[in-house]
Amino acid sequence: MTQFPRFVNIGERTNVTGSAKFKKLILAGAYDEALSVAREQVENGAEIIDINMDEALLDSEKAMVTFLNLIAAEPDISRVPVMLDSSKFSVIHAGLKCVQGKAIVNSISLKEGEGPFLEQARIVQRFGAAAVVMAFDEDGQADTVERKFSICRRGYKLLTAKLDFPPEDIIFDPNVFAVATGIEEHNPYGVNFIEATRLIKSKLPHAKVSGGISNVSFSFRGNNPVREAMHSVFLYHAIRAGLDMGIVNAGQLTVYSEIPDELRERVEDVILNRRPDATDRLLEIADQYKGDGAVRQKEDLAWRQEAVEERLKHALVKGINSFIVEDTEEARLKYDRPLSVIEGPLMDGMNVVGDLFGSGQMFLPQVVKSARVMKQSVAHLLPFIEAAKEEGARARGKILMATVKGDVHDIGKNIVGVVLQCNNYEVIDLGVMVPWQDILKAANENQVDIIGLSGLITPSLEEMAAVAHEMQRADIDLPLMIGGATTSKVHTAVKIAPNYKGPTVHVLDASRAVGVAGSLLSDEQRPAFTAGIASEYEAIRKKREGGAKAKSLIDIEAARANRHAIDWKGYQPPKPAFLGTRTFDDYDLSDLIERIDWTPFFRTWELAGNYPAILQDEVVGEAARPLFDDAQQMLEKIVAEGWLQAKGVIGFWPANAKGDDVILYQDEERSEEFSQAHFLRQQIKKREGRFNHCLADYVAPAESGLADYLGGFAVTAGLRIEDKLALFKKDHDDYSDILLKALADRLAEAFAERMHERVRKEFWGYAADETLANQELIRERYQGIRPAPGYPACPDHSGKPELFRLLNAGQNASITLTDSFAMLPAASVSGYYLSHPDAGYFGIGKINRDQVKDYAKRRGVSMEQAERWLSPNLGYK
Amino acid sequence: MRTDERIKWLRGTMAQRILVLDGAMGTSIQSYKLSEQDFRGERFRDFGRDVKGNNDLLNLTASHIIREIHDSFLEAGADIVSTNTFNSTQISQADYGMEDLAYELNREGARLAREAADAWSEKTPDRRRFVAGSLGPTNKTLSISPDVNNPAFREVSFDWVKDNYRQAAEGLIDGGADLLLLETIFDTLNAKASIAGIQELADETGKEIPLLISGTITDLSGRTLSGQTVIAFWHSVRHAKPFAVGLNCSFGADELRPHVADLAHHADVPVIAYPNAGLPNEMGDYDETPEMTAAHIRGWAEEGLVNIVGGCCGTTPDHIKAIADAMQGMRPRAIPENSIAMRLSGLEAVTIGL
Repeated sequence: MTQFPRFVNIGERTNVTGSAKFKKLILAGAYDEALSVAREQVENGAEIIDINMDEALLDSEKAMVTFLNLIAAEPDISRVPVMLDSSKFSVIHAGLKCVQGKAIVNSISLKEGEGPFLEQARIVQRFGAAAVVMAFDEDGQADTVERKFSICRRGYKLLTAKLDFPPEDIIFDPNVFAVATGIEEHNPYGVNFIEATRLIKSKLPHAKVSGGISNVSFSFRGNNPVREAMHSVFLYHAIRAGLDMGIVNAGQLTVYSEIPDELRERVEDVILNRRPDATDRLLEIADQYKGDGAVRQKEDLAWRQEAVEERLKHALVKGINSFIVEDTEEARLKYDRPLSVIEGPLMDGMNVVGDLFGSGQMFLPQVVKSARVMKQSVAHLLPFIEAAKEEGARARGKILMATVKGDVHDIGKNIVGVVLQCNNYEVIDLGVMVPWQDILKAANENQVDIIGLSGLITPSLEEMAAVAHEMQRADIDLPLMIGGATTSKVHTAVKIAPNYKGPTVHVLDASRAVGVAGSLLSDEQRPAFTAGIASEYEAIRKKREGGAKAKSLIDIEAARANRHAIDWKGYQPPKPAFLGTRTFDDYDLSDLIERIDWTPFFRTWELAGNYPAILQDEVVGEAARPLFDDAQQMLEKIVAEGWLQAKGVIGFWPANAKGDDVILYQDEERSEEFSQAHFLRQQIKKREGRFNHCLADYVAPAESGLADYLGGFAVTAGLRIEDKLALFKKDHDDYSDILLKALADRLAEAFAERMHERVRKEFWGYAADETLANQELIRERYQGIRPAPGYPACPDHSGKPELFRLLNAGQNASITLTDSFAMLPAASVSGYYLSHPDAGYFGIGKINRDQVKDYAKRRGVSMEQAERWLSPNLGYK
Repeated sequence: MRTDERIKWLRGTMAQRILVLDGAMGTSIQSYKLSEQDFRGERFRDFGRDVKGNNDLLNLTASHIIREIHDSFLEAGADIVSTNTFNSTQISQADYGMEDLAYELNREGARLAREAADAWSEKTPDRRRFVAGSLGPTNKTLSISPDVNNPAFREVSFDWVKDNYRQAAEGLIDGGADLLLLETIFDTLNAKASIAGIQELADETGKEIPLLISGTITDLSGRTLSGQTVIAFWHSVRHAKPFAVGLNCSFGADELRPHVADLAHHADVPVIAYPNAGLPNEMGDYDETPEMTAAHIRGWAEEGLVNIVGGCCGTTPDHIKAIADAMQGMRPRAIPENSIAMRLSGLEAVTIGL
């Protein structure tokens, strides 16, 4: 199942109005070949295919029906949803009768007035399809921002009010028209589309926006490189404005950052209508780009004089990949067979790496770099090995790894994978958000020896238990390794191991993975090792059973009585500079770099120590310094070449506490309730004079008569990361992959930190004269807090959807949530803002059944649901 | 009690316990070992074609037997009985040349089940009984060509299938069905035609028609015959706002479980599931004992996967009794709250804008 694509590619090739080739095939009745056009599109990444048969020489209705019926017999095409595209509704209606899936109709409009519009929409609804609504009314197609938006708003209101049409199934097409046509009135067409998109996404909840992208470059027919650059630039800006999907040629999209600077700038001038002579300036250079050329560079070093075996070893140990392909090729020619290169010099080099790592002389970042070199070398040899039909060197074992369903975090998993590969294990990595069905299937198909599960957010703990449960049901008894930031030996022992008969082992970090895997797969060591783990976990379970009783929780009412009772008399809550949300689009990354907290960055790489002292550390300094340098260099590129995009939204709402909830109001009248934030309270018995904290205690209650506020934020620094990651993957470059992800995480944290600072100084403004150095910020020496749902003070991740709704974070910050409430992109941070000077961070810890019951009632969910959400915090059985 | 009051009661009850549907009508009818003459009865004594095997015809010619079977399932503890109308569409009856009877078969089928359910509601007033009008998949498919040389060919049209279902639904409602059970769906496009027909009927009569939608999968990979995954199927029928969605037939409970679990995780409506009594043996019979089937289904309930359970092929009143007993005190599945997003599908599901 495809989850949460951020921008959805709709294939345009099966459209007779857009593809001359397809038109010719359909007119000739060559449906078999026409099907291969569709198939190719899906293979090229189209997630939906647009089908259009509007051609005067065709019986469009018949052609549509025939083609759809044929597609139904082609699973590799019909696996994706279809978009039924016609200007004649009769063709669409005929098409709807042929598709079993939930399709999209393209399009309906107000062209002929409200009556026909609603009638057609009603039919679409009866077939359960979604609909594209064109910005087209009785007066014609809209070309200005105002008209585009007002037509869309009118359509939205009619559909939702008169038909109860689901707003999430409405897709507006605010008309992409050609720019750079030489006609001056056409110049703002690109930017008008983009601005209309922004308005629609902010004002019409849940509605989507789509467009026919290639229209924009119509005037450059015949010059594909320029057209593709125009599409890419147009998409780049439109997606930032909220464009959800577009009809594009999925096989022909250049990456925005790969467009030559000069071309990009001139295209951008045209698309964004930045200067009156933009068209002329693009025409001037357009012809130069009809071809394509690339330049490569080389460098030279002393070690290059050594024999090829030494060079390979050197490259592996030092992690230098500049010459690896040519050295590998030289070795291949020298040895009798390609496999001997792997078994000989490459394994020798990796053994050195393994020994150095095992003895603590090499550290993770270096090992990951070595692995990159190894992978690139092997990638070069593989075709030759396959050609010679040789069996690959026998790996020590096959390990399947996956980040479980609902979770998108994979830095740790990738590191473990690399380390295992360095130690001659074969790793099958299923990626992120992997449902248990796929894990079981892959385990079975690949005859793996170990399954490794990873996850970072707390709901993943439950998912891992579910996977174990399913493995048990499937009668699998393979060893199971559990890892990831929120996993623990205790959780593994108590919640996962009892579900599963095979050996279940928690792996604390990457450096332990090799040892654990080795013990699990060694016939001699395995019995003693698994017995040892089993008895250790049994002891943990016993201890915890006793411990749970010993640790006394007090009644929720008693805990509430022991609240931090703030004296509201004489307190004046600060008022934010604005109410509602404010979006920060394309936030300047260079503003964030100085806010980066580097210590966790090194921790990601399993280098212990605080920054900056770690750089001079006797043990790990040598590994930390080059890593830090690489990070600095990559940061420069990230900023200069726009590898990542940061986007955020913050909001403030009038709010008052009511018990453990905070009520948010529509406006300062405070008469209309807008939303509620539900918080939990500590229930551990406290010493005299210590409070049972709850976040709601720090917001003025309604009865205080004070006008208080609650803030919220969602920021990301991970947009567009996939483009680069795909390149790294292609180059077998795990090192850069992990480095970029780790940096994106740091930038997101830095962004959250910077936003909070600006909130304190500008937007909420209660600490306008605050001057703190970065280290003091990291130590949280400021007034007010930014607790995040899913973290200790409000541990329930399920608070995120409502926070996201309030912030409209999907549209305003392009962050979405998975089933388990993980944020996508993974490098994102969200939370609440509280301003009271006494508010501080705390952990909720264990809570009792009475509070969970009360919480379930407040949230309006079942007890089971609440217990699932809060399972890491349940202090009872 | 009026239908809408009954439905309200049903919704209320469903929040508290797992409801039990009846078992296999066909298996029960077989046990009577009826002859061609029994099927014909008086009315069709001189009918020009063989009619043995047209089980739905018994609604007219041997109604006492159908009533007896309903009674046996109600006695076993079924909350809902489904009508003996699985093949009562014009399309399916055409095999026997009995297209003209389609409406009547449905109306009488519903009437028989209604009488039985009402009698048991009186007998056990704390446990009301309900009638689900069965709408089978028909024996034609809208998504697949029967002619291998012409994959674009279709044997029936969408509108014809839609009209067939509409007529059948009308008969079932007129005969007193509380809900309609669109079951054993192997081609989602047939189901969409059925939904369209039922919605037309609901619009015209101005009455809400609660709909149970149940698909069937054809192999262990979890796809329908027409190739959809379970979740793609769910996305395709969500617009019907069904009373419950689920799976039936396919295979035994053990093999069906992962797919029920998949649906249970995604559907934001109640889940209905009624498997066969295991997989058929080489004789085509089902061997699973009532205890075995019930044990599997108890597992489902313990995992919180289901709201309505019952049996399909091979399940007898004894199976239903064992299942009903096993459901005693079991909590129904909590309905998950899904976020608002565009949920599309081809053969696979795609979610946009979550």
